[in-house]
Amino acid sequence: MRRTGSLFFSTLGDTGGTILVALLLAAAVLVPVLNALPTDSALHIPNYLVSLFGKYLCFALLALSVDLIWGFAGILSLGHGAFFALGGYAMGMHLMREIGTRGVYGNATLPDFMVFLNWKELPWYWYGFDSFAFAALMAILVPGALAFVFGWFAFRSRVTGVYLSIITQALTFALMLAFFRNDFGFGGNNGLTDFKDLLGFNLQAKNTRASLFAASAIALALGYILCRFLVSSRFGRVLIAVRDAESRTRFLGYRVEHYKLFAFVISAMLAGIAGALYVPQVGIINPREFAPANSIEVVIWVAVGGRGTLWGAALGAVLVNYGKTYFTGALPDMWLYVLGALFIFVTLFLPKGVGGTAKEWLGKLWPTARAAKPPLSPSPQAGVAE
Amino acid sequence: MVQVLGIGDFTAKIEATQALATTGDPRLVPILQALLDNNLYARKSDNLVVIGKEQAGTLTIMDPLTEKQLGQAAPADFERARLNNRLRTVLQTALGALQLAHPDPARRKASADALFKTPSLEVIEPLKVALAHESNGSARKALVKALAATELQFTDQVQVKRDAVVTLGAFADPDIRAFLNGRINGINDAAPPEQQELKTAMIAAVAEIERRIATWQMFGNVLQGISLGSVLLLAAIGLAITFGVMGVINMAHGEMVMLGAYTTYVVQMAFREYLPGGVDFALLVAIPAAFAVSGLVGIAIERGIIRWLYGRPLETLLATWGLSLILQQAVRTAFGPTNMQVTSPSWMSGAIELTGGVVLTYNRIWIVVFALLVFGLLIFIQRRTQFGLQMRAVTQNRRMARSMGIRSGWVDALTFGLGSGIAGMAGVALSQIDNVSPNLGQGYIVDSFMVVVFGGVGNLWGTLVGAFGLGIVNKFLEPYAGAVLGKILVLVAIVLFIQWRPRGLFALKGRAVEA
Repeated sequence: MRRTGSLFFSTLGDTGGTILVALLLAAAVLVPVLNALPTDSALHIPNYLVSLFGKYLCFALLALSVDLIWGFAGILSLGHGAFFALGGYAMGMHLMREIGTRGVYGNATLPDFMVFLNWKELPWYWYGFDSFAFAALMAILVPGALAFVFGWFAFRSRVTGVYLSIITQALTFALMLAFFRNDFGFGGNNGLTDFKDLLGFNLQAKNTRASLFAASAIALALGYILCRFLVSSRFGRVLIAVRDAESRTRFLGYRVEHYKLFAFVISAMLAGIAGALYVPQVGIINPREFAPANSIEVVIWVAVGGRGTLWGAALGAVLVNYGKTYFTGALPDMWLYVLGALFIFVTLFLPKGVGGTAKEWLGKLWPTARAAKPPLSPSPQAGVAE
Repeated sequence: MVQVLGIGDFTAKIEATQALATTGDPRLVPILQALLDNNLYARKSDNLVVIGKEQAGTLTIMDPLTEKQLGQAAPADFERARLNNRLRTVLQTALGALQLAHPDPARRKASADALFKTPSLEVIEPLKVALAHESNGSARKALVKALAATELQFTDQVQVKRDAVVTLGAFADPDIRAFLNGRINGINDAAPPEQQELKTAMIAAVAEIERRIATWQMFGNVLQGISLGSVLLLAAIGLAITFGVMGVINMAHGEMVMLGAYTTYVVQMAFREYLPGGVDFALLVAIPAAFAVSGLVGIAIERGIIRWLYGRPLETLLATWGLSLILQQAVRTAFGPTNMQVTSPSWMSGAIELTGGVVLTYNRIWIVVFALLVFGLLIFIQRRTQFGLQMRAVTQNRRMARSMGIRSGWVDALTFGLGSGIAGMAGVALSQIDNVSPNLGQGYIVDSFMVVVFGGVGNLWGTLVGAFGLGIVNKFLEPYAGAVLGKILVLVAIVLFIQWRPRGLFALKGRAVEA
C-alpha cells in the first residue's frame, strides 16, 4: 500500500516508457496544430499522415495489450484480433446509428444492410447503441466479458502454452465465421461502413481526424501507464512469477488462474478500446478483422519491438506497420516475403526484439542504473509449458 | 399402320402410334424415333414411307421396317411427316413402352423411369407384359414403380389403386414422394368417400416414404462424414507426426499440403506434354513425387530453422508462421494467384447412386481408401521399422537415445521430413476435390490442429478417431444448423472439450506425459 503512491513515479522512471509517453503527449498536441498550419508551410503535416499514424497508434495499443499478457504472463494469445474487432464493431454500430436517415434507403430506424435484407425491426442487441456513452462502454465491456468467460474456462482447467494459443485462434476463427453470416445482424460480409459522423462531427473533416489522432495518442499513453503500473505492482511480480514458473507459483499458494484471468481481461479491454478508436479512422469494420492471420501479425509486432518491454511493443507496431505501408505501396509482391522473413529472423536472431536489445545495451553502458532492478524481459525459455 | 404414320392426319397418327405401342414389337422403335426426330418421309409419287437423312441437298433413305438402304434421292420428291405437340407426347410414351423390351437392362430401367415421369393409360399393358419377363433387379424395381404410378393415376378400380399406393409406399424415393404429394393435392375435400380413403392411404404412404428417406439420409450423412473425416485425417496425419510425436508446432503444415497439390499439377502437366496417353496414371506418379518434394522441403525447414528452436514452442509457432507466408508468396510468384486445374483421371470420375438420393462419387471413395492406406503405412513405419523405433526412442528420451548411439539430429530431420512428406501426399488427394491455389493449406491448418488436439497429442489412433469423429459430427450438424454454423458449433465444442480433457480424447499415460 505504501508503495502505490510512488509507483506512479517509478512508472516514469523507466527510460523507454518515459520517452514514449512524452512523445505521445507531445504528438497529441503538436500534430493537430501542425496539421492546422497552411499547406505550404514547411512544418505542415498532411491529412493522410495524420490518419495513417492515428491508425498506427491504435495498432500500438493493441500490441501493448498483447505484450501485457504475453510478455508478463506468458499467455500467447493468437486471437487478440477478436477483442480488437469486437471493440470496433461496438463503435461501428454506434456510427451506423448516427447515420440516421442519410443512408441509401433513408430509413430512420434500420441501417441500410437490414433494409436490404428485408428486416422489419432492429434486433434487440442493437438497442442502446444510439448513445455514444453506451457504445463506448460496450466497446470495453463486450471484449472484457468474452475474455472473462473464455479465460475463466481456459485458465481454470490449466490450458497453457501452445494449447491455449490454438484455442484462442479457434475462438477468433469461429467469430469470423459467425460475423460473415448475414443473419447474425452485423452486416455479414460487408461489415459496417459508410459512416457519416461521430458526436456530431463529420468524420471526413480535418479537425475530426486530428482529434481522433490526439485521442488515440492519449489512449495509448494512458494504456501504457496503466500497464506499467500493473506490471511494476505486486500483482505484476506475481504475474512474472507465473510466466517463469507457473507450477512453483501455484505451490507457493497463489491462485495463478485469478492473476492470469485479471491480466487477460484487462488486456482484452485495451484491445477493445484500440478497435473502437480504429474504426472511425478507417471508416469500415468487417469480419476480416477477425482473421487468425491478423492476430498472429500482432504477435510479430510485439516480438519485433521487444516482448516484455511494453514500450517496445508500441514501437514494434508502428515500425512493422510503417514497413507494411511502404512495401505494399512500393513493392506489393515483396511484403509477404518481408513479413515472413521478419517472423523467422526475429525469433532466431533477435529473441528480445529491438526494445529488449536496446535495453541490454543501455544496461551495459550504465550498469548501475539497472542493477537494482531484476530483469523484466522474459528469458527465451519462458512460456514453455512445464 | 406404318403407312399412316407417314401420311395420315394428326388424329390418325396418334391412334396408329397407340395401336403400335401395344404390339411391343422392338422393330418399331427406329420408326417412332425417326418420326419424333423429323426424319420420317413419304414419297410424293406413291406414298412410300421411308426413314431419311438429309445431308448436303440429298436424302439418304431406307426402308422403315427392314432398315434396308434404298439409296439416295432428291429431297424435293419427298414430304416430311409432320408433328404436333400432342403427337410428340404420345410418341414419347410409346417409345418408352417399346423400349421396355430392349436387351440392355440399363435401357429398360431408363425407359421405365421415363414412363414413371410421363404416365399414360396405354402403357399399363406393356408394363405388365414387361414386368412378367423382367429378370434384372433394378429394372424390375423401376417397372413396379412405373406400373403402380400409372395404375394409381388411370385405373377406375379402387382396389387396384389401393394396392398401387401400398406398392409405392414401400420405396424410399424422393420422386415418388413428389408424385404422391401431387396426387394428394389433387383430391379435394368435396371428393367422394373412396377418394378420401385413398387420400388417407397416400398420406400414410408418404409418411412411410419420408421415414425411409430419413433413414437413408442418415446413412448418407454417415458416408459423407466418413468422406470429410478422411480428408481431415489426410490433412492432420502429417501434423500428428510433427506436432503430435515431435511436439513441433508447424504452422507451415498447410503449405506442405499445398506444395503436394502443386506437385500434382506439375506432374500432370509433364504427362500432358511428354506422355499424353498416360495422363490417367499421372496421379500415381504424383504421390511419390509430392512425398519427395514436401519431405525434402520439410527436412530443409527442420535443419534450417526448427532445430534452433526446440523447447521454445511459441517461437517455433511464430517462425513457421513466417515460413508459411513466404511459401505461399513464393508459389503465388511462381504459378500466379489463380486456381490451377487438376483433372481427375477416368478411373476416379463417376459415382454410385444408392437409394434415397444418396450419391457416392468415386473420387471420395478413393480418398477414403487412400487415407486409410497412408495411415496404415505410418503405423507400420512407427511400429515395425528400425527408423520408427529410433523415432520413438528420441521422442521419449533424447539423451538416453543418444547414448545408445542414435544420431538424434538426423532422426529429428527425417521424422519431420516424414510428417511433411505425408502432408504432401495429402495434397495429392486434396487436389482432386479442392481448388489448387496458394491458399489451399490455410483452410486446413485450423482443422488439422483441432483433429490432433481432439484425438490426443502423440497418439496416431487418436488422430484417426478424432478425424472421423469430427467429420461425422460436422455432417450431422450441417442439415440442422447450416454449413457455417455447424462448423462454428464444432469449434466451440472442441474448445469446451479441451477444457474438459486438456490432453485430448486418448491422452498418453505414464512417463510419456512428462516428455
